Amino acid sequence: MIPELGHGAVIVGGLLAFYGAIAAAIAGRTGRTALLESAQHAALGVFGLVTFSMLLLVYAFLTFDFSVRYVALNTNLQTPYYYRITALWGALEGSIVLWAWMLALYTLIVILRHRHNARELYSWVLTTMLGVVAFFLLVMAVPAPPFERLSPIPANGRGLNPLLEDSGMITHPVALYLGFTGFTVPFAFAIAALATGRVGDRWITLTRRWTIVAWYFLSLGLLIGGWWSYHVLGWGGYWAWDPVENAAFMPWLTGTAFLHSVMIQERRRMLKLWNIGLVILTFALTLFGTFLTRSGVIASVHAFTQGSIGIFFLSFLSLVVLASLALLAWRWEALGAEGELDSVVSRESAFLLNNVLLVAATFTVFFGTVFPLLSEAVRGVKVSVGMPFFNSVNIPVFLSLIFLMGVGPLIAWRRASRDNLRRNFFWPVVAGVVSAAIFYAAGVRSTLAVLSLALTVFVTATVAVDYVRATRARLRMGESLLPAMGGLLVRHNRRYGGFAIHLGILVIAVGVTGSQAWSLHREATLKKGEAVELAGYKFQFDGLAAREASNHFVVESTFTVTNGKAHAEAMRPAKKFYPQEQSPIAHVDYRLGFMEDLYLVLGDFERDGSQATVKMQVNRMVSWIWIGGLVLTLGTVLAILPDRKKLA
Amino acid sequence: MSRKSLRWLLPAAALPILALLAYGFRVNHRDIPSPLVNRPAAPFVLTSYAGEPMSLEANKGRVVVVNFWASWCMPACYEEAPVLERNWRTYKDKGVVVLGVNIQDKPEAARKFIDQFSLTFPNALDPAGKVSIDYGVYGVPETFFIDARGRIRAKHAGAVTDTVFQREVDRLLAEPR
Amino acid sequence: MIRALSLLLLLLVATPAAAQPPATNVEDPRLYEVASQLRCVVCQNLSVADSPSEMAQQMRALVRERLRAGDTPEQVLQYFVDKYGEWILLAPRRRGFNWLVWSAPFVSTVIGLIVIAFTIRRWTAQRRKRLAGIATAPPAVDPAMRERIRREMELENER
Repeated sequence: MIPELGHGAVIVGGLLAFYGAIAAAIAGRTGRTALLESAQHAALGVFGLVTFSMLLLVYAFLTFDFSVRYVALNTNLQTPYYYRITALWGALEGSIVLWAWMLALYTLIVILRHRHNARELYSWVLTTMLGVVAFFLLVMAVPAPPFERLSPIPANGRGLNPLLEDSGMITHPVALYLGFTGFTVPFAFAIAALATGRVGDRWITLTRRWTIVAWYFLSLGLLIGGWWSYHVLGWGGYWAWDPVENAAFMPWLTGTAFLHSVMIQERRRMLKLWNIGLVILTFALTLFGTFLTRSGVIASVHAFTQGSIGIFFLSFLSLVVLASLALLAWRWEALGAEGELDSVVSRESAFLLNNVLLVAATFTVFFGTVFPLLSEAVRGVKVSVGMPFFNSVNIPVFLSLIFLMGVGPLIAWRRASRDNLRRNFFWPVVAGVVSAAIFYAAGVRSTLAVLSLALTVFVTATVAVDYVRATRARLRMGESLLPAMGGLLVRHNRRYGGFAIHLGILVIAVGVTGSQAWSLHREATLKKGEAVELAGYKFQFDGLAAREASNHFVVESTFTVTNGKAHAEAMRPAKKFYPQEQSPIAHVDYRLGFMEDLYLVLGDFERDGSQATVKMQVNRMVSWIWIGGLVLTLGTVLAILPDRKKLA
Repeated sequence: MSRKSLRWLLPAAALPILALLAYGFRVNHRDIPSPLVNRPAAPFVLTSYAGEPMSLEANKGRVVVVNFWASWCMPACYEEAPVLERNWRTYKDKGVVVLGVNIQDKPEAARKFIDQFSLTFPNALDPAGKVSIDYGVYGVPETFFIDARGRIRAKHAGAVTDTVFQREVDRLLAEPR
Repeated sequence: MIRALSLLLLLLVATPAAAQPPATNVEDPRLYEVASQLRCVVCQNLSVADSPSEMAQQMRALVRERLRAGDTPEQVLQYFVDKYGEWILLAPRRRGFNWLVWSAPFVSTVIGLIVIAFTIRRWTAQRRKRLAGIATAPPAVDPAMRERIRREMELENER
């Protein structure tokens, strides 16, 4: 009964969303408010129905309803209850449910926030959002039904993919999808702007916070994904340039570009065409991301499955891309440039450069991701494009972007005078150069590492210079220190929030630099009692132990780790054998530290415990990446604080 | 092209990209053509589970079917094992030899597999994976059909069926030695 | 401006050239160098150096053996290409058609820089044109006052 109810809710929801989209569109053209009201009610109904079907699915999970195919494939009788709930988004069908639910939720929030302040744009925003929701409900109804029945009903389910039994995998899809779906809102506003011809700043002002929030969740999703990869997958890395990772990274890149270029439109009314194009590109890339994950078109570790669902996604992607670009072409005149600039040395130029670099990086990643397909289509030869390629081509772009992070916020609009340049950049440049010399003297020989760190010092110095100067100005006006510092943050929260976000990115960049340049690893086969050294640590193999766990069988090894400071610790990397998996899953044991992490992966072993192969890693500064994420979070919170009314 | 119609370049530019993605549907990622076809097969010497030496050299002059398998490879290896055994019994007097190479496996599990299907053709463990790498094996099961002159003539990825086995072997048997 | 752009371009080109592969593996940097360029065939997109799978372990052992036997890294890579095909390499070889993907970053950046060069030029020309079109001179202002106004405006602009 439950599956039928759920499936019915999906179908009704889909029809309702479709109706709402049409009604809102007609209301947009003719101004009939009754239809608009009706569309709003439809949106409310859609949210209710999608929530209802999602809860039904969760209920099916909690009650071990193996008559539902999705439940049977992703849990079994031993799956703990919290994983049974989060198994909802553990595989394809459920992930679509989550996506659709978030879209419906966002639509509701858009209605609540904007039904009075978006005027002419509002109905077209509603049309677009409901149209996208309708598509995802269509996917839930036809190619990927979550409530599909299984007959005969199996006695036990297959079980969750053991790699997904982890806190990272509980939170990663949620954060990532909040980011992906979040970008639907600025996109919807852009379409509304094109449809109504009101391509000024209104749509940008209204979506500023939406963009930042979506961008933040996407960043968070990427970081959590990196964390999951790091501590679960057993290779000691956090980013592999896997096609699906790239597919999430690309909208982040263009989203970052968009975040910055809208500031130019807000300030100087320029780049209207570019901004609309950029947000269309960002949204298209989010769709491309879901297409890639679900179509099997490019081989990936994340790919859920193949089938007709890919065709649905590609068709929708094509529709969205072609229709939006056609709208853009239609409104070309209205988007004409009336821009003016005094000098090439100005903030506008810095932002333009930022955009060029980010879009070029996006293009590089995109081209690299689809190149295997292109090579096969043209030459008939399969090639791989992986980490060595992406790492080497992206480094210069990212270093330049770090440099721009320092320049952009401080350089003057329109024209930066020599005075302005000197006052803002003299000390930071000095600090950067001096720090480069210090790093080199301290023994850092990798050019890239020196460059990366020196640039980080430069950018940090620019932020410090600005903050110190502004604080001093307030102190001179009679304020005391802490209120001055705090007051600055609150009054200019966008600026300082932006600074904090930049600092967060810098911390991440330092973490990436450190881990790439200074991590060490070693593989060894040890007999019981034998030890091997790495980076001042001694790892001794003490033996194996086997035991049964709730839904798997574990062979756990014990290693005693000492670092010469009389501190011994036991680390237990293991191999887990799940009945539903063909090969064992490596369970990493790790110790996190501020400057270095210890990381052990168990390889081959003798049954009697006499010998084992182990891969040891001493990863440097990886924790900085997660700390940077924290700083990023704080910066985002600051940046989206409601505006205080500025005192006259 | 007038300035007015230049703008339509934008949506038009999207078309080839979308077409490329559509092409991706026809691609099968597990079907990678082997560069070893029509090249001499790499020699190997292993010890079979029955304790006998198993080598390619010793079978020169015969058509050799080399099958890479593992006991954990479900369901494909389990599907093809009876096929291989059946065809081995049919063809063994016609100058055809079936050799099984067991990779990334534990001997006890492999022996259980052999017993389960009562396999009578030689099977040996490839302890360091060298033979599998020599043959460019990237998954199990994979089967190579080698002619009487020692050249790999065909590679089949996935479970072998009667049709595939007989088609390839008959073709090679029909060739003049 | 041309100078600034060409400097930037130089930086963008020079850094990959200066990029040294990180010296991560203690035991055998050559092993890491070769293994990190090979694709682990049973994983998706991980290198043979990184992958924890058994197949990758065996491939690493083979690489180690061949390097010890005197093969150059290039020869070991070629051995794998002979057995598996081009796709075993994690980055496509820089030859022929593959130059398309290797040149994409550089080409797209250059095109982007050219576009913004044109845009900036147009914007600065626009401004000059507009200023030139102002027929009447601005009203006479006391120079000291003008200086103060200028400084205040600059401070304002920086925000």
